[in-house]
Amino acid sequence: MKAKLIGLAFAALAAFPVPSPAGDLTFWTWRQEDRSQYAQLFAEFNKLHPDVKIKYEAFEPQNYGTVLSTGLAAGRGPDVIHVRAYGGLEQFSKAGYLLALEPQAVPELANFEAAALSSTSMRSDSKVYAVPFASQTLGLFYNTEIFQRLGLKPPTTWDELIQVSKALKEKGVTPLANGMATAFMVEIFTSVFTGSFYGPGFTPDVLAGRATFEDPRYVGALAKLLELRDYLPQGYAGVDYPTMQQLFLSGRAAMFAGGSFEIANFRRQNPNLKMDFIAPPAEKAGGAQLVSLFYDGGYAVNAKSANQADALKLVRFMATKPFGDRFSALLGNISPIKGVTIEDTLLAKVSKLNEQSVPYIMAVYFRFQDPTGSTLLQGAVQKMMGGGMSPGEVGAELTKGIATYYPPFQKR
Amino acid sequence: MSWRLRLWLGFLLAPPLALMTVFVVYPLASAFSYSFYEWNGLARGGFAGLENFRLVLFQEPFSTWTYRAFGHNLIVFCSLMIVQNGLAYLIAFALLKGLPGHRFHQVAVFLPVILSTVIVGFLWKLMLNPIFGLVNQALVAIGLAAWAQPWLGQPTTALGSLIVVNAWHWIGFPVLVFLAAMQRIPREIIEAARLDGAGDAVLMRRVIWPLVAPATTITVVLMFIGSFNWFELPYVMTGLDGSPGGATDVLGLYFYRTAFGNVTSGLQDFGRGSALAVLMFAFIIIVATWWTRVLRRREIEV
Repeated sequence: MKAKLIGLAFAALAAFPVPSPAGDLTFWTWRQEDRSQYAQLFAEFNKLHPDVKIKYEAFEPQNYGTVLSTGLAAGRGPDVIHVRAYGGLEQFSKAGYLLALEPQAVPELANFEAAALSSTSMRSDSKVYAVPFASQTLGLFYNTEIFQRLGLKPPTTWDELIQVSKALKEKGVTPLANGMATAFMVEIFTSVFTGSFYGPGFTPDVLAGRATFEDPRYVGALAKLLELRDYLPQGYAGVDYPTMQQLFLSGRAAMFAGGSFEIANFRRQNPNLKMDFIAPPAEKAGGAQLVSLFYDGGYAVNAKSANQADALKLVRFMATKPFGDRFSALLGNISPIKGVTIEDTLLAKVSKLNEQSVPYIMAVYFRFQDPTGSTLLQGAVQKMMGGGMSPGEVGAELTKGIATYYPPFQKR
Repeated sequence: MSWRLRLWLGFLLAPPLALMTVFVVYPLASAFSYSFYEWNGLARGGFAGLENFRLVLFQEPFSTWTYRAFGHNLIVFCSLMIVQNGLAYLIAFALLKGLPGHRFHQVAVFLPVILSTVIVGFLWKLMLNPIFGLVNQALVAIGLAAWAQPWLGQPTTALGSLIVVNAWHWIGFPVLVFLAAMQRIPREIIEAARLDGAGDAVLMRRVIWPLVAPATTITVVLMFIGSFNWFELPYVMTGLDGSPGGATDVLGLYFYRTAFGNVTSGLQDFGRGSALAVLMFAFIIIVATWWTRVLRRREIEV
């Protein structure tokens, strides 16, 4: 622990270079692996503004928030900041560290859908504090080669999913790669398979105070997850995130419930993998197949930046279609800018799936205050899959935890 | 005292005092003061009195989490006292007897201590992996397939696995301390006991045990502090959330998660985090001081 804190202190110190001369911007991010792609994106920007130099500085994702908050608290953070969305953004905007992006100053905000902008807005003043950079879709990956070899069709309904899984298991292939040892993947797994069951009407009911997580729609959806236990890897309780990725990448497992952010990663790790991404199965034939959708974060301007004018130029550029086109092509993620051209067929397909989606509920609405819906859900579903809790108890625990700060749940 | 001596003393004392103040006293004091404030995201808000303490001790679900983590620390301490310190005492005695191969074992038992916790945690996480792990594959190979478990994924086995790994990693240290203490016991005393007909059990219990009391004090107190500050191993092996479902959550993880946030689920709250840190610090310093005094008294009586 001590070593870690000292490491953080050094990281924070190293992150404070001498103030750069005017015309130089610093950009901080947690995306260490995207350095060369951002260099190309910034080169595009320099074609328009050759006088502005941008310095890219990346930090370890786990500690990024800590390093950034230390830097900003000392009044010396970067000029342009890669921030996360929703509650992750609000921590910084609420403290006054981020510049509110007024529509007059950043007219390019009109290039985004309302849902994208709300992911980077503060709830109290409804102002936008960052330009959204990517949308993420949660759904089902499958290995097309294995499916073809065994003569299987990708499942469109729950019954088909179970049948396909049985067939795969008989042939000695693990049907689903997902394990329960990494908490945040448990939330993603839950969201992928429950969305089509609780349906598009549930979230608005929760937000209007008409339903809680004890609603039969939600509890019923959770109960479906238990049916999948027979088709998860052996010892799934102890299977962590890297292990599930390896199972899918190596073809030992045929399906993987996950996010579209895996596409770039999967391709990098195994360029020969033949995969497809589909919406999770519907409850019944003809029913809606709903992916879960959320926005990853955005590009914000430091309220105390000495180069605010240049920083705004960069952020405005990052909200335009040319940037979005290049971003999607280079980074294999979906830019939320309206009308971007996505050349990659798989990404284009994912972007099409977004038209029928439910919000990734805990991240989008209940990650603003402790105990967050995500913290509660991850631990409770881990217990449920291990047999230590019933779906009804999970629903009650979520409702009780969120009720500590969410008035609509308190009346019940 | 002459002025030269005073000047000399001042010259010698000033640097460590300054370092202590800047790197120990100041951070402690600031954590203490942080715990009395409200925090808006990352900016300090108004004075909150004891509100943060009330939240972590009495407000659901935070209080449940606090007590659960504390309970786990207690289990870790008690278990390690047996499997790490208790076993170390026996190993040290076996080494003292100079059985064949004791030189090799003396080195072997100490070797893991020099490895970094991150490496040990990562290594054992791989070994305990339910699919690729050596432990389960070995169990299957010797016909004990039913014993193969997802060790780190079950609430019943996760904390126990971490405790065993911690003992594997650190047992060399108490062995070394006990062995050094045992070797310092004058030969005549042990020989006299032997002549009086004392077997190994009696020798260990009635002669060596009281005479290594100072070593016991050190190992017990260090174990206490280590158990309640436990962080690296669970962080590497079961993650910041204390997976599965909080079964391996300890105060160190809970503090870190609360104060600095968890990227994939939680938020940062320096107020509650500092309150936890203050409580942990107060508990450890009070109990450790009290216990050291008790154990020291025992040393004097011998």
